[in-house]
Amino acid sequence: MQINILEYLEQTVKRLPDKTAYADEQEKLSFLEVYDRARAIGSYLSGKGVYKEPVAVFMKKQPATAVAYFGAIYAGCFYVPLDQEMGLNRIEMILEKMKPKAAICDESTADLMKSLNYKGTILSYEDISVGKIDELALSSIRDNAIDADPIYTVFTSGSTGTPKGVIANHRSVIDYIDNLMEVLKADEDTVFGNQTPFYLDASLKEVLGTIKCGATTYIIPKSYFMFPVKLVEFLNEYKINTVCWVVTALVIISSFKVLEKTVPEYLHTIAFGSEVFPIKQFNLWRKHLPDARFINLYGPTEATGMSCYYEANRAFELDEPIPIGKPFKNTQVLLLNDKDEEAAGGELGEICIRGVGVTLGYYDDLERTREAYVQNPTCKAYPEIIYRTGDLGRYNERGELIFVSRRDYQIKHMGHRIELGEIEVCANTVDDVESACCIYDSHKSRIVLFYTGTAIGKDIIVYLKEKLPRYMVPNHIVNLEALPLTSNGKIDRIKLADKI
Amino acid sequence: METLLEMLKDMHPEVDFENNDKLIDQGILDSFDIVSLIAEIDNEYGVTIPPESIIPENFNSAKALYALIEKLED
Repeated sequence: MQINILEYLEQTVKRLPDKTAYADEQEKLSFLEVYDRARAIGSYLSGKGVYKEPVAVFMKKQPATAVAYFGAIYAGCFYVPLDQEMGLNRIEMILEKMKPKAAICDESTADLMKSLNYKGTILSYEDISVGKIDELALSSIRDNAIDADPIYTVFTSGSTGTPKGVIANHRSVIDYIDNLMEVLKADEDTVFGNQTPFYLDASLKEVLGTIKCGATTYIIPKSYFMFPVKLVEFLNEYKINTVCWVVTALVIISSFKVLEKTVPEYLHTIAFGSEVFPIKQFNLWRKHLPDARFINLYGPTEATGMSCYYEANRAFELDEPIPIGKPFKNTQVLLLNDKDEEAAGGELGEICIRGVGVTLGYYDDLERTREAYVQNPTCKAYPEIIYRTGDLGRYNERGELIFVSRRDYQIKHMGHRIELGEIEVCANTVDDVESACCIYDSHKSRIVLFYTGTAIGKDIIVYLKEKLPRYMVPNHIVNLEALPLTSNGKIDRIKLADKI
Repeated sequence: METLLEMLKDMHPEVDFENNDKLIDQGILDSFDIVSLIAEIDNEYGVTIPPESIIPENFNSAKALYALIEKLED
């Protein structure tokens, strides 16, 4: 039985040592290079006594970043991905929370890391990935490893203003990747075009799918997602046949009518998720790529990425949502109503995830872990943890699961999961802001911030840009004399939404 | 030009759009901005920017973008 994700790499490197594993426009790494460099990093860390603890990986998105992740795991550690896109404020918050003794940086980040309030050792990827491999140390680490050991901590938005670090173990990641690859029908002919950031669990699909299947991943430059013709040209140049993108990225191609001029000719598997796919755009894709498979994926970071899938192989009415379908093999969805009983028929319920895909919880945060990772209320006789997603869903008449809405103020914007509360907490700390409230304008897909006080909108934006990841900064800002209140004295979000 | 500058200022109030000619190269505009801009230009000016014109050169400055709008209006 596989107990460590590195076994994917070790199996594949025997079969396909010289095949390209990861590439971007600057660099290509074969499976053998990935294997050797990751083991060199693991040996180095082990030599320094870094073991069973977090290792920060702060590198720009590139093939080497995946190698650094594996290096940390070879050392018996788990990695904590950092990226400039998160904003320096969030990076400092994460370092403060995780307190990693070692951080792997590259040329583009080392100086930045030195400027931060970081007490640990800054290691250069370029130096530690070419050193000696200590086979003895690595095999001893592996002998003492179990599949319940953590593999990474990735951070997600928190409504109280502090991001939460989701910590996953080998078992949950192996379960997820095995079942996802089966659904995607991925194999060594698969060529992934990666869009999602490496600091989110979303990129596990390509990063780990590649070493499991002996596939190849091309990292697509972020700027191409602004210029859709270039994007399609990239897909064709590198013969990309499989993508797992956020819906926004697919819509950029279809809504600008690019498909009428040029189609991604090798693309046969298109997985998407994290957002609702506008049916008009989905139908355009189907029309231009009639032979491709379209797969809707659904799942929270807390259940290792994705939990459910639906193969969208029919046309949809414009007002009909694409189902999230059914859970992966070895995962179960419990739809719990207000009484914590399983919702019957088409009744609305909260989507709860059951299975080994459920991650360990939030790092060093038992309180928030216990709110969401709870005892299965339908199981009284023995301990069993399920994850409550906060997503409301129901089954349609075909027995397919449908996502309906959120039960709180979490949104999906440009594929990112955002707690509006986190933006509000941050805006409320600006001088001369009395009260702030965020509304998501789903019609225009933009975050609107309403506030009272004498602060100038421009100053608020500048401040938020410093404190929050770029994708969380409001797209529109409105100053009001007073925020409308409900009869209970709470901010009336419905009235605010009417002002949009 | 005024309308376009207002649109841009609404997105990034701190940026000097009159003079900056590296809006893409410096990462000031992101993909969300491009999508919003194209939709708003369609609303305000009634012109649809064709896919082959959605290239960095046309979005690096307000001036270049306005020149594109004028060209498409003709």
